[in-house]
Amino acid sequence: MNAQSSVQPKLRVRGATKVYSTGSGDLLAIDRCSLDVAPGEIVSIVGPSGCGKTTLLWSMSGLHGLTAGEVLLDGKPVKGPNPEISMVFQEANLLPWRNLDANINFPFEIKGTKPDRVWIDELLQMVGLEGFGARFPRELSGGMRQRAALVRALSFKPSVLLMDEPFGALDSFTREEMNRLVEQIWLDRPTTIVLITHSIEEAIFMSDRVVVMSARPGRVANIYPVPFPRPRSLDIMATKEVFDLTNAIKREIVGDQKSRFSTPSAPVFQAAK
Amino acid sequence: MSDIDAIPEFKTKSGDGQDVGITNLSAFASGPGIKSMAEVLAIILVAVVIIGGTEILLNVFAVPQYVLPKPSQIGLALISDFHLILPHLGYTLVELLSGFAIGAVVGLVMAAVITQFPFVEKVVTPYILLLVTTPMLALVPLLILRFGFGYTPRIIAVALAAGPMVMINAATGFRRVDPGKIALARSYGASTIQIFWKIRAPMALPMILVGLMIGSIFGLLTAVGAEMVGGGFGLGNRLTSYSSMIQMPQFFAVVLILSILGILIYVLFFLIGKKWASWEA
Ligand SMILES: Nc1ncnc2c1ncn2[C@@H]1O[C@H](COP(=O)(O)OP(=O)(O)O)[C@@H](O)[C@H]1O
Ligand SMILES: [Mg+2]
Repeated sequence: MNAQSSVQPKLRVRGATKVYSTGSGDLLAIDRCSLDVAPGEIVSIVGPSGCGKTTLLWSMSGLHGLTAGEVLLDGKPVKGPNPEISMVFQEANLLPWRNLDANINFPFEIKGTKPDRVWIDELLQMVGLEGFGARFPRELSGGMRQRAALVRALSFKPSVLLMDEPFGALDSFTREEMNRLVEQIWLDRPTTIVLITHSIEEAIFMSDRVVVMSARPGRVANIYPVPFPRPRSLDIMATKEVFDLTNAIKREIVGDQKSRFSTPSAPVFQAAK
Repeated sequence: MSDIDAIPEFKTKSGDGQDVGITNLSAFASGPGIKSMAEVLAIILVAVVIIGGTEILLNVFAVPQYVLPKPSQIGLALISDFHLILPHLGYTLVELLSGFAIGAVVGLVMAAVITQFPFVEKVVTPYILLLVTTPMLALVPLLILRFGFGYTPRIIAVALAAGPMVMINAATGFRRVDPGKIALARSYGASTIQIFWKIRAPMALPMILVGLMIGSIFGLLTAVGAEMVGGGFGLGNRLTSYSSMIQMPQFFAVVLILSILGILIYVLFFLIGKKWASWEA
């Protein structure tokens, strides 16, 4: 790897702006968001509900286009679904008519490629799902389903993993377990990860940087580095640094919402330029 | 394309497309739910009591055969005249299978296509409802006038009875799009065709099976009814013919065959549903 490629961000979002046309007019969801994610970096996005986190993530994945701005993967524009990018959705989003094996096989059926059995078995073993291949999603617990979704997302070795509140529906113990699992998998095979979460604790524990978005229209309000070495232990959550960081982020999000409610003139709907 | 911009919420388990089909699948797929040997024995016992009781009562009150034949007489007629009835069972099955196949294919294709175009669907639905609620038997005299006494009018009637039933239920199934699952497939680069076969079709399958089951039962009713209207063959024709000759044991033997046919259809779809659509129950 030469000096230049190590400088180039894996994922680069420049001036991302998205307007939805709705029945009641145009809705500016995200406004000039810019963000660089380094190769192998884990970045979390937090922000008030409805601020455009999912909109931003979908733009990164190529699932929908932007009104203005661009997304670059390794310097090349992302114009549609990309084999290098994999999504993990809120709630596991497994196909209920397929058993676990068939669910994990699904990306390969769509892509028409051959699964790497050795890698998939390794993943299944890492998440503790070996031997469950014949089970259907309804026969698995919430945590197991989300672990299966993680295996499915990583099965084709993407270099970028985009996760949209993946563990939001899980109880806090299962969620912590999932967080450690993701880190463990990441240590095994570093992947660039962008994680949306509504848990500031999860954001801090998981990421190298936490991006705070402002209320709609979503803008990148602030970016907080989280300088703890990996693998991280849950003990860091009890440190003063994390405590201060958590409060700073919380204040930023809450303050942002307060100012939004205290200024009635603030445009909620805003036309595209 | 509204799909492309829709961000799924994932709040409801299987999308919020409410099932408004004719029946709901959980009742169908869970079926009678026979669990133990004791239940099977109980069901057989009830049959024995009813059949035996009828036999005894009819004997005690000396009810004449032309009013109500004894179960034993029906059984004997079924055995002795089976070779006479069998060809007619074949004719009825030919009408049912070909009419149902035509109706089901047209109904399925129409459901799959129409649900892709919400405007077309809105315009077409009242007419499909009209076809569902109008007894197609009413058209049989007209069809006979036009196509004669052969298979043709009956097959058309069966297709007209089954097709809309299949269509309206299948359309309910195809309408249940889960944007999250479609987004999942698209994130792997799925084409529209792949999304149809790998997401939309399997999601619709439980409702499609309901439609096929109801459609085939309606098809059977219509086939038998059409045979009663005219033409010298088929189980329906046997019913009119035996009753006009007051051959009541034979008449009830045909009724028995029709009941068994109906039950077999139900069991067939029940088993298919258990195998392929149990994920929804
Ligand atoms: N397909 C769409 N059409 C119109 N408005 C949408 C659409 N998707 C999202 N929105 C709106 O855009 C805003 C941002 O949504 P979203 O990105 O889902 O926010 P978040 O993920 O941060 O909760 C919300 O106000 C939402 O109602
Ligand atoms: Mg969201």
